[in-house]
Amino acid sequence: MTTTLAPATKRATAVPRTAAPKASRARRTAVAWLFLAPFGLVFLVYTAIPTVAALALSLTDIRGADLRTPFAVDFTGADNYLRLFQDDTFVRDILNTALFVAVGVPLTMGVGFVLALALNSGISRLRGVLRTVFFAPVVTNVVAVALIWQYAFHADGTVNKLLGAVGFAGPNWLDDPHLAMPVVILLGVWRNFGIAMVLFLAGLQAVPRDVYEAAALDGASRWRQLRHITLPLLLPTTLMVSVLLTVFYLQVFDEPYLLTGGGPLGSTESVALYTYRQFGAGEFGMSSAASFVTLALVTVVSVVQFRLLRSRT
Amino acid sequence: MNRAARPALYAALVLCALLTTLPFAWGVSGSLRSLDEIRSDPGALLPHHLTFGNFTRLFETQGFGRFLVNSVVVAMIVVAGNILAASAAGYALAKLDFAGRRLAFGAVMAAMMVPFTAVFVTQFVITVDLGLADTLAGIALPGAALPLSVFIVRQYALSIPDELLEAARIDGAGEFRIFFRIFLPLAGPAVATITIMSFLNSWNNFIWPLVVAQSMSTYTLPVGLAATSQAAAHVTDYGLLLAGAIVVMLPVLVLFLLLQRYFVQGIAGTGLR
Repeated sequence: MTTTLAPATKRATAVPRTAAPKASRARRTAVAWLFLAPFGLVFLVYTAIPTVAALALSLTDIRGADLRTPFAVDFTGADNYLRLFQDDTFVRDILNTALFVAVGVPLTMGVGFVLALALNSGISRLRGVLRTVFFAPVVTNVVAVALIWQYAFHADGTVNKLLGAVGFAGPNWLDDPHLAMPVVILLGVWRNFGIAMVLFLAGLQAVPRDVYEAAALDGASRWRQLRHITLPLLLPTTLMVSVLLTVFYLQVFDEPYLLTGGGPLGSTESVALYTYRQFGAGEFGMSSAASFVTLALVTVVSVVQFRLLRSRT
Repeated sequence: MNRAARPALYAALVLCALLTTLPFAWGVSGSLRSLDEIRSDPGALLPHHLTFGNFTRLFETQGFGRFLVNSVVVAMIVVAGNILAASAAGYALAKLDFAGRRLAFGAVMAAMMVPFTAVFVTQFVITVDLGLADTLAGIALPGAALPLSVFIVRQYALSIPDELLEAARIDGAGEFRIFFRIFLPLAGPAVATITIMSFLNSWNNFIWPLVVAQSMSTYTLPVGLAATSQAAAHVTDYGLLLAGAIVVMLPVLVLFLLLQRYFVQGIAGTGLR
């Protein structure tokens, strides 16, 4: 991003300055801000103010009933945050979210990577069709897909019927505290591996062909080419995809909300679901505090992973 | 690759493709089965008798006509907003020289990184204060100028030569005329990408409309579908729910098949959906 910014800035500033004196730059600034105004308004009302306000709310004891009299609430400092971490359900939800990330990210990346490798291995027939099919889940609606998942995974559903045909008695997936999470994660993986695949495909296509030809001439096996050429060259892509998916999954809401409502016994409740539940209960202060914990986690993950990227390359 | 490996690779890929499409197949097959049939044999892969009754029931008794209209209206506001507001901002950031440009671009980048879960509570409070709770405008507005769209247009605008715009300026064209008559037509691919992205974003959005819509008259399709599935009477009425799922997914899937390139560019190019 910064690399594309620099030359463009130079070019754009160079042209008007030769053509126009000072007064015209002031006019141009006014015109430019006019162009930016509609976006700027939406940004102020729906991003900037809400972010600052959420931070402020998280330090107060505001509840839904206080909305009409926002100045009557008390400043409570870090109380909400302390209460959060004393709340066993919040700690459980943090662990659930961590599990979602720890299993979901590698699985999504693994599937995406293997499919990208396969599609990039020189096959030509069906390549476009296969790519379309693998990417299609990305554009699906999560409410719709969650219903299909419920239909397929309920006790007498299609999945258990298929399992029965090969002699397994299928469990009641979504009502079992140990099995619900894997099914929820599977839905997340299904909806996201296409993104990983497309990003890996783009990374693979950027590796020059002659590197492989040279390695093959030197007698390197396909496996060694993969380990010593493809994987190192794909490191930036890999880190980018992992940051992206980690940030997605840290905020996971739709899949557990729709499939299990966070149950059974809270086994699939994520931090975002906790935020939503507190909001629904009118605990706006607690809800904002929980959302800032997510924001902090997202920021930390992005910073750490980008540091990692920089030190490795 | 050697000759033996290639058929095996194809076989594996086709198998993966079939697994990927399985949920679509389940959805379509279930939506075409009657309630009685699903009750007596819930796990059957294919319908014994095809029926379109679920689809007619959706529109006749479940209010899906209204939800569909609401979804279309919200998407139209969102897409129009992105084409105008986000393109104008992206254009200014790339092509106009002005005081505060770096600040404005920093704001766009920061806005892309704020997680929705961090702000939806206060976004909702503001929406209530503006009197937009339970309105279609309240649902549409936060998405009507996506920072992602600004970013996409800005990146594309950088590749358009300044000379084209400068020539128009020398001919005496005003800034707005240059934007509408010269820049927008040149930025076609970027505008197509943000149209698709913002449509997809609006059509599939769930949690925000769920928070803002408080009556059936403002439900969008995903919210209406979720509400239908939570109504106790429909707990086992999977045919009806799956028909709803198909109605929600079909427009996007058709668009995706027609305009794949822009979907892939938009989503993979930015990693956001």
